[in-house]
Amino acid sequence: MKELICITCPKGCHLKVDEETFAVTGNSCPRGAVYGANELRNPVRVITSTVRLESETFRRLPVKTDRAVPKAKMFEVMDEIARVRAHAPVKVGDILIANVAGTDGNVVATRTVEK
Amino acid sequence: MTKADLVIIGGGPAGLAAALSAWEAGVRDILILERDHQAGGILNQCIHNGFGLHYFKEELTGPEYAGRFIEMLRDTAVRVRTDTMVLDLTGERVLHTVSPEYGYEAIQAGAIVLAMGCRERTRGAISIPGARCSGIFTAGAAQRFLNIEGYMVGRRVVILGSGDIGLIMARRMTLEGAKVLACVELLPYSGGLNRNIVQCLNDFDIPLYLSHTVTDIRGKDRVERIVVSKVDENRRPIPGTEMTFDCDTLLLSVGLLPENELSRQAGVEIDPHTSGPVVWENCETSIPGVFACGNVLHVHDLVDYVTAESMRAGKAAADFLQSGEKTGEAVELKPGPGVGYTVPQRFRRDLADKLQVFFRVRQIYHDAFIAVYDGERRIARFKREHMAPGEMENIAIPAMFLKNITGGPLTVRIEEE
Repeated sequence: MKELICITCPKGCHLKVDEETFAVTGNSCPRGAVYGANELRNPVRVITSTVRLESETFRRLPVKTDRAVPKAKMFEVMDEIARVRAHAPVKVGDILIANVAGTDGNVVATRTVEK
Repeated sequence: MTKADLVIIGGGPAGLAAALSAWEAGVRDILILERDHQAGGILNQCIHNGFGLHYFKEELTGPEYAGRFIEMLRDTAVRVRTDTMVLDLTGERVLHTVSPEYGYEAIQAGAIVLAMGCRERTRGAISIPGARCSGIFTAGAAQRFLNIEGYMVGRRVVILGSGDIGLIMARRMTLEGAKVLACVELLPYSGGLNRNIVQCLNDFDIPLYLSHTVTDIRGKDRVERIVVSKVDENRRPIPGTEMTFDCDTLLLSVGLLPENELSRQAGVEIDPHTSGPVVWENCETSIPGVFACGNVLHVHDLVDYVTAESMRAGKAAADFLQSGEKTGEAVELKPGPGVGYTVPQRFRRDLADKLQVFFRVRQIYHDAFIAVYDGERRIARFKREHMAPGEMENIAIPAMFLKNITGGPLTVRIEEE
């Protein structure tokens, strides 16, 4: 049994995961069961950061990966994010990097900047 | 003097939700006053995800969460006035404001929602000895520099305090190429959410030193070294346990304080336990028609709870404007053993609905009970598998349990066994 703290939501359930069957106990929602099993097989994280922004109002545009990407690729994703420059106007959800670091995830804007 | 039915002080998550809820309840003349040049409050710099799971049923970043509310308010006639500072608030609900656009202006409000949020405790608040060099930031200030202004505040970092902002900044600085050497916590447990210990410290092998504190800061112009010592059970540093970290930056995540200067000026009664206003079950303060919600009332760990509370405050402000002052016999609510505070601190006896009580426990509990007592008589009990000071607790006492109480005060306490 591997003991984990679920990070799916701020509740932080204390999970127990069977290392052979990947059965999860201690979760209070189905997302916890998925997290527990994945954390042992292939841990993933959503990466959030900012990119340089050409705009009258703001200097940085907040961004995120639109899906959880493998934990081992976090710094590769950050390297690609560091090379991007966004231009206003930009809308929430606009894709700035498609298939970032070969993860199938995209880096998208998390705020709308009109000018 | 300008007039407005409802004035909301603060355009962060609390103010935005209160405005939306008052609008939905039929109030049409609503003015939000925000001192920054954009609405959204602290959410704008909280670019990480994890917001909105309760309210929107999906995981959003801070700017996305704020953006949803700003978007919803765009379809209403709620006015958001930014770059506006409220200088003074009177008990008669008059606000003295100043802004570049309108200059000085006095506003008479029919009702007011206090939604000013909180601010960080600083080095001065906890008296850290040592050199007065540059390189010492509160975690939130560093977060603003990095996420809004686009500046890294340092390369080799020690973090004092394991509150959520400190943990989030440990990850953020690491992802941006800094080396976070340690997170140091005075208490024997972390004040942050468990999930943040996992994904912000453990993911990056950043050590967490519990029962430790910073005992010296060395450096001439800039921080050069931080000395950390173990503390005993009375939180006093133990000589001979010093560790030295070569670093250029110290981030402080040592607690938040509700920002109640205006509340105090108006004569609102303040609870010494929360440092926020004493409120009734409908978020109304000791001044009729003045309501409080969000971090100005008590420090929350989830914005979703701020939203829920602020929705109730906005609705209550609408009720006040439409039906006048509420009356009813007051019952006091007090924190008992194991409980740090309760919100609300009093309620009207003839509640139509359940009574929701929010509080924090004083230590970590496993398999314990939250009990509500009327004098020596227990009227309700709720089981919890796990409680910690870093996680706000809440109970909902059904109205039927409150029917036969003696008149209070009711106490909320923790029972083990």
